[in-house]
Amino acid sequence: MAAKTFRGGVHPPEFKDLTSSSAIENLPPPDRVVVPLVQHIGAPCQPAVTEETELSKGDEVRLGQKIGDVDAFVSAPVHAPVSGEVADIGSARLSDGRKVPAVIIDSDGEDRPSEEIEPAGDMRNLSPEEIKGIIREAGIVGMGGAAFPCHVKYSPPEGNELDTIVINGCECEPFLTCDDRLMIEEPGEIVFGLEVIMKATGAKRGIIGIEDNKPQAIEAVREAVGDRDFEVVAVQTKYPQGAEKQLIKAVTGREVPSGGLPLNVGVVVNNVATAASISAAIRTGMPLVERIVTVSGDVVARPANLRVRIGTPIRDLFEFCGGFTESPARIISGGPLMGQAIADLDMPIVKGTSGLLALSSRIVTYEEEEPCIRCGRCVDICPAYLMPLFTARYPDDEALEYNPLDCIECGSCSYICPANQRLLPRIRLTKMEAQARQRDEG
Amino acid sequence: MSVEENLDRSALTVTSSPHLKDKTRNRGIMLDVAIALLPAVAAATYFFGTWALVTIASCIAGAFVAEAGIMAARGKDIPLGDGSALVTGLLLGLTLPPDLPIWVGFLGGAFGIGVGKAIFGGLGLNMFNPALVGRAFLVASFPVLLTSFRWPWNSGAWMGAEFDAVSTATPLALLKFSAVETPAMELFLGNVGGSLGETSALALIIGGMYLLFRGVINWRIPASYIGTVMLLALVGGDDPVFHLLAGGLLLGAFFMATDYVTSPITARGKLVFGFGCGLLTYVIRSFGGYPEGVLYSILLMNSAVPLIERFTRPRVFGTGVKTGES
Repeated sequence: MAAKTFRGGVHPPEFKDLTSSSAIENLPPPDRVVVPLVQHIGAPCQPAVTEETELSKGDEVRLGQKIGDVDAFVSAPVHAPVSGEVADIGSARLSDGRKVPAVIIDSDGEDRPSEEIEPAGDMRNLSPEEIKGIIREAGIVGMGGAAFPCHVKYSPPEGNELDTIVINGCECEPFLTCDDRLMIEEPGEIVFGLEVIMKATGAKRGIIGIEDNKPQAIEAVREAVGDRDFEVVAVQTKYPQGAEKQLIKAVTGREVPSGGLPLNVGVVVNNVATAASISAAIRTGMPLVERIVTVSGDVVARPANLRVRIGTPIRDLFEFCGGFTESPARIISGGPLMGQAIADLDMPIVKGTSGLLALSSRIVTYEEEEPCIRCGRCVDICPAYLMPLFTARYPDDEALEYNPLDCIECGSCSYICPANQRLLPRIRLTKMEAQARQRDEG
Repeated sequence: MSVEENLDRSALTVTSSPHLKDKTRNRGIMLDVAIALLPAVAAATYFFGTWALVTIASCIAGAFVAEAGIMAARGKDIPLGDGSALVTGLLLGLTLPPDLPIWVGFLGGAFGIGVGKAIFGGLGLNMFNPALVGRAFLVASFPVLLTSFRWPWNSGAWMGAEFDAVSTATPLALLKFSAVETPAMELFLGNVGGSLGETSALALIIGGMYLLFRGVINWRIPASYIGTVMLLALVGGDDPVFHLLAGGLLLGAFFMATDYVTSPITARGKLVFGFGCGLLTYVIRSFGGYPEGVLYSILLMNSAVPLIERFTRPRVFGTGVKTGES
């Protein structure tokens, strides 16, 4: 049987062998961390120890202690990734260009854990509400990149019933191998995380989808699943196989309605790293204060998969990997297809940072745009079934008729275009215009 | 080693995603089409002699001169490197009869590019297939020259006593006006009278397969075009294989109707377009005044492309189907 998949998509070179056999290494915690108070989609956190006590400069903090929270449903608290002293409540630049408030902590190098951190005990004794509470308090967000707070995903609005949890182990972005290594090295964490999520949501069906270019990971996860009633599905290696809606289509056959959420078809998708973090929050009580990051690219001296504390400057990761063999033409936070180009190495690692890439001009090419010859490749490969060449015709009003809001911004159209047309950047403009008009009308 | 040691910030670029790019370019696609036409060029040379090459070269020259001249006049870069004028010239040359004076091909190439493409704004913006515009112009202007066909150097033997060794008509015309049937094997190999590129079905099929294999063209237009003609022939009591192999159907279906710029971009649109071309071709061949209908069928269907596209837009993901279990 052919591997399951969605219609459309592209096959960029994978570049994964740079790090696919590099075991996860621990990056020593830095002397100073910068922890942004916005690392998720939703309301920004306020610096706080508890609801009543504000956090301020000079305060002592312990590892795992809450340092930012807000009384809003769609939000996720942040925690101290080291123990030490609050050096300042300042700001940090994120890879998308936003400048957000941040808590800056000087580490005492001791990693003294907060007293609040304790295992949640036997999962069977926890109610779904208790589990959701623990997940919220642990500040767990989607770690595949979107950083949507998990507890929100697990709380469907009236009338929607959740029946399926899909754990996303596709890792369809070239270069990235952090999820692959996590599946190989700690599959038990992922499987336990899935059990927790199913308990929290009452879902009956658990699926783990993994691209078929990761046979070792598939094998390891299958073994960890054992005789549990979970499906480990090998999906076709194709970009963007790990896009939420496309993965749901591939493994369940369901299509998330236009403008809707996975919840509308009874599904929640979580990345494997998210599942592992949930597992840790239940088993040890440790909130989300670290993550695995792939540091790769053709000009990185020693590419690696690193377990790093949130708030570690990007510079430290490249430094640990031996620096650059030659000057990179681009440094990217995330994968090469959806990631963001950055120029500031002092940006901190956040919960959603899956990779750091340094690429030479041999890989990141620049070519002038040529006329569109209407070859139709963008239409053939668009995983949202759009006609990108027309959606990209902004500021022509006609572009708005070509479903800009259904674009998932995977960039497959720009990737494939033989005329080097900057399709996705233009579609983003069309999308913004469509959103603006919606607001005006609404 | 410090990160700063090998970091030249002036070389660091920041753009929006994606940061990777597939290797295929317009130029490579055009080159593939040109490569796919080589078997037909070789067959033309084999059957009609080296003057075939001169005719084809004259068309390419006309296309190049028009492209360069018009782009220079508009103050734009001269885009001969994109290969589209090369393909237009090649295609036009293959639709012409052997032994044409050089200036005819040159004029056709120049008209095809100038009026067929440049006045619409250049590559990607033209409504009609430039090679066919060039041919239509030549047929209208020099009807006698454009219908003077002759036997290939080694052909006609199967005609027996009627073989007059020099001039002849195309197999379609022979059938239509003289009720003479050309054997299928002669049509397949190309040992018949006709335009340079349309005589050898074998050479065109090789080229067409190459384009399909390389992913340059999609099966939908050739399949629906050829399928429609053959089906109608079957229904109409004609020989479908004859309709397939004779005339310009294969050249048209694989190389002209599949022109990206002038054919629908949607999957269903391609099927509709091919069907329309097939229907018109059969109707013209069977009921029209001309023996062959490929040229005008495709040109007519070219004009219907925006309409076809409007009605065959793909279903957007998450719309139009039940969103539950499929």
